[in-house]
Amino acid sequence: MTDAAWIERALTTSRPQAVAALLRYFRNLDTAEEAYQEACLRALRNWTVNGPPRDPTSWLIMVGRNAALDAVRKTSRQAPMPDEAQVSDIEDVETPMAERLDDSQYRDDVLRLMFICCHPDLQATQQIAMALRVVSGLTVKQIARAFLVSEAAMEQRITRAKAKVADAGVAFETPGAVERSERLAAVMQMIYLVFNEGYSAGPREEARADLADEAIRLGRLLLRMFQTEPEVMGLLALMLLQHSRSEARFDANGEAVLLEDQDRSLWRDKLIQEGLALIDKAMRHKRTGAYLVQAAIAALHARARRFADTDWTGIDALYATLEHLQPSPVVTLNRAVAVSKTQGPQAALDMIEPLEERLAGYFHFHGARGGLLLMLGRRREAREAFDRAIGLANTAAEAAHIRMHIDRLIAESEKRA
Amino acid sequence: MMYAVLCYNNEEMVCGWSKEQDDAVMTALSGVHEKWEKAGKLKPSIRLLPTSAATTLHKQKDLVIDGPYAETKEALLGFYIIDVANLEEGLNFARELGKANPGGAYELRPIQLYLPGAPIDGAYMTERDYASGKTG
Repeated sequence: MTDAAWIERALTTSRPQAVAALLRYFRNLDTAEEAYQEACLRALRNWTVNGPPRDPTSWLIMVGRNAALDAVRKTSRQAPMPDEAQVSDIEDVETPMAERLDDSQYRDDVLRLMFICCHPDLQATQQIAMALRVVSGLTVKQIARAFLVSEAAMEQRITRAKAKVADAGVAFETPGAVERSERLAAVMQMIYLVFNEGYSAGPREEARADLADEAIRLGRLLLRMFQTEPEVMGLLALMLLQHSRSEARFDANGEAVLLEDQDRSLWRDKLIQEGLALIDKAMRHKRTGAYLVQAAIAALHARARRFADTDWTGIDALYATLEHLQPSPVVTLNRAVAVSKTQGPQAALDMIEPLEERLAGYFHFHGARGGLLLMLGRRREAREAFDRAIGLANTAAEAAHIRMHIDRLIAESEKRA
Repeated sequence: MMYAVLCYNNEEMVCGWSKEQDDAVMTALSGVHEKWEKAGKLKPSIRLLPTSAATTLHKQKDLVIDGPYAETKEALLGFYIIDVANLEEGLNFARELGKANPGGAYELRPIQLYLPGAPIDGAYMTERDYASGKTG
């Protein structure tokens, strides 16, 4: 690796903490981002000559802050000095940086920066774009490519989101315990949104697929700051375990491959190992949360070397816990898949029939129901359910995929008959 | 002389590497590994999962804490066991590693006692498995 690559990497890594700390000083996102930008420019000049500092993040915060203060002083000849409240903490410039950058402060800084991006006034797509721009530091161009929109449209989306957040006003005081845990929950959800944006990308949408890696990076950052939170461990484990299958999820033609058909030797073991270790750790806390339970379900799949080895009883029990924690018809539908393996198709069908009304527009419901009816030999009803599933597909490719899957189910059931 | 070469680096940076970046560093390192292994001087190598996966037991009160024992900017991320003629040769090994993977530090610590213990059953990844990202 070249030194230039090392510097680029150091800058990327330092960004969330550096921008977050600068935001605390200046209380203005644009000023903080500009200060960080300036610090990066100086880093490129300085580090190539003098070598990188031991603690790049502290260096960037210090230099960024001084640069922004200089800029304020220069413009002050023409304009009045900014409000005291806008430029806080000027008096402690001299105190050694290392002393003040204790972890608890970093922690609340980064949490605040992330929380700004998932403000309840922002829609999910805006949240993701904000997080990628502000926290991860992706360029507008990169984000636009991931979302398949023009750069101008993305620029506008981010500018609007920033304006909304500025109007909403986010408290800069150190948060209390309740507020901190509320922020943490919102931030975890936002990170998982980013992950799913990447996870749902098709086989040829590499720019969007990269968002899954970025979400994992943010998850690791969050866990390093909240080391004792089992739900943060659960979230990271969940993302790692789902992502471990990424290379097995599409075949050479770009068609989606179902879990049961995936080549498990393509699953990435290093991600699985880390995910399993985190779940192990989190379990010790005996505090169940939705992310942790979902991670545990993913872990049972990851542990099965062959599809036939899957621990469906364990998965059923975990879905039951999840239904309790986060009741939703989709969770029940997923549980029914496990139930069909342990108690047979009739038990599973009994479980999902009451969901019909709520899941009428969800093609997975009709697909799953059709599959169960077929297993029970109720072929005519099965076909009706499959037709409804095909009718609900969003794209022609999706419809073709469902049809292919259904044809196979029918062929298999004929073989059995 | 047997040394443990302890690898310290900025964990946030190492964890922040994309798969491509990680692979690039591992490829560069594997050249060094191969050379020293062929010379019979590189013994086992271990890369550790991130400190966020660590748990610490404080012995006195049997206190179990999430996270590593020492919270440092540069964390212990792995180690090598080498058998070299002298410290200078050990430092050369570390310098070669450092060219492939800059940043952080290597601590060379002479080994006092080595108990091989029971053999490892192969459940862990070899370098080739690791590089391909696949299960062994």
